[in-house]
Amino acid sequence: MSLLDAEAPERPLNHIASLDPARVKLAVDSLDFYYGKTHALKGVSMGFEARAVTALIGPSGCGKSTLLRTLNRMYSLYPGQRATGRIMLGDENLLAPGLDLSKLRARIGMVFQKPTPFPMSIFDNVAFGVRLYESLNRADLDARVEESLRRAAIWDEVKDKLKTSALSLSGGQQQRLCVARCIAVRPEILLLDEPTSALDPISSAKLEETIAQLKADYTIIIVTHNMGQAARVSKHTAFMYLGELVEFGETESLFTRPVTRRASDYITGRFG
Amino acid sequence: MNLLVLRRKLFDAVMIALSLGATAFTLFWLAWILWTTVTQGASALKLSIFTQMTPPPGSDGGLLNAFFGSFMMVVLGVVIATPIGVLAAIYLAEYKRGTRVAGVIGFVNDILLSAPSIVIGLFIYELLVLPFGHFSGYAGGVALAMIMLPIVVRSSAVALELVPPETREAALALGLPRWKVTLSVIARAARPGIITGLLLGVARISGETAPLLFTALNNQYWTANPGAPMANIPVVIFQYAMSPYDNWHALAWAGAFIVMLFVLTLGIITRVVFRQGARS
Repeated sequence: MSLLDAEAPERPLNHIASLDPARVKLAVDSLDFYYGKTHALKGVSMGFEARAVTALIGPSGCGKSTLLRTLNRMYSLYPGQRATGRIMLGDENLLAPGLDLSKLRARIGMVFQKPTPFPMSIFDNVAFGVRLYESLNRADLDARVEESLRRAAIWDEVKDKLKTSALSLSGGQQQRLCVARCIAVRPEILLLDEPTSALDPISSAKLEETIAQLKADYTIIIVTHNMGQAARVSKHTAFMYLGELVEFGETESLFTRPVTRRASDYITGRFG
Repeated sequence: MNLLVLRRKLFDAVMIALSLGATAFTLFWLAWILWTTVTQGASALKLSIFTQMTPPPGSDGGLLNAFFGSFMMVVLGVVIATPIGVLAAIYLAEYKRGTRVAGVIGFVNDILLSAPSIVIGLFIYELLVLPFGHFSGYAGGVALAMIMLPIVVRSSAVALELVPPETREAALALGLPRWKVTLSVIARAARPGIITGLLLGVARISGETAPLLFTALNNQYWTANPGAPMANIPVVIFQYAMSPYDNWHALAWAGAFIVMLFVLTLGIITRVVFRQGARS
């Protein structure tokens, strides 16, 4: 029986309570999630701070991607998947029936593990979502596309070939294009699902720089298997295991002084 | 030990010989058919084939009315089968994928896909020929559409299902409504596959004979009126090839040769389209 075990029962710690309520952008309350009969998230409650990065870490299958996919209701695409509990964005419950999912997803952008360029030009990829929600004139649309590509740190690489197919870009460029496409519609929250796992180290570093710049304006939630990345980019970190939120806190303290045995073992590489 | 190696090598040689033999057997008949069609058809080719109507026995003529009739009915078939087939595929692949409904409909579609074309001909005969009292180009076009429809549904659904799920989710995650995602992103990504299916469908219906025998029948004269019986290449080939007249035989060979060339060209275009889609 170690000292850690004696001190810390294996249950979620300091959730929303540890955040300043005034700074919480998105609050998850007693969230349960089911893939058919599989209980994938168990009573998760936590908050995400505005204009800051929160990292979700944990071994494969722990529910961190599932949590991310509930936040923009992506699971609603699939019959048999359902969530109970509350996810509050302002005073709106995102799990409420009858919610306009298109409007919700315009407010909460998502970048996926694999780059997902659309089969159209680089320019159209970024302008696509914008055209749907705003009727900008040509100059304003050009400006929006350029601004988005600049913020995603890919403008210099594509500015001379905006009309070529996005499918001709490298994987790292495609992923940054997806970030540009996502922020072009000016969402409030960015969900990043292992955005660098398919990228080489240089592209990953560039994307991390992009994240560091974007956090000034966006609430960012990132799922990552890369401990170093979580430590570098995030302000808060949540450690999940088997569908439960095990430990949540400031990234620095969670990585240097984890309270729970499981988080400590995972961070030091003893399992996961 | 050596014996075992020897046995394996022997077995290997026998199996390769059997496979090669089977391939050669198949190719032999194909080559024979092609060769006969090319030699007989090419020697019967004349400019008059494209300028004159089908003749009575013993006199000169061409296949113009039959080409035109075939063209009209294939176009009618494509115009009917394409929108219905693609929309049905979108319903199956995008909105009902993995459900029991999609499974049942897909299965029924596959049955239709392999239904004998003569049955489809008889069905349209009952539906569009008997009630009106005469054969017609419309009935022929509808019969061809019935044959093309399941091909379009199956190939389009497969093309749509091959679009990575991440692409669909990424488009939805941008806040696009479902119909916009389907039309602007998914269908666009699947376009080479869908076009390939359409071309294969056209190739298939351009040579169909049985359904036209019961619906469009034939017409010795020029007509642009699909409400009347219409000449068409497959039925003309069938009737002329069965006849005892030499000039009809020559026209049948020429018709067969041209249909074969047409289908071959479509096949080549199909491959080019598909390869371009795979590259982009």
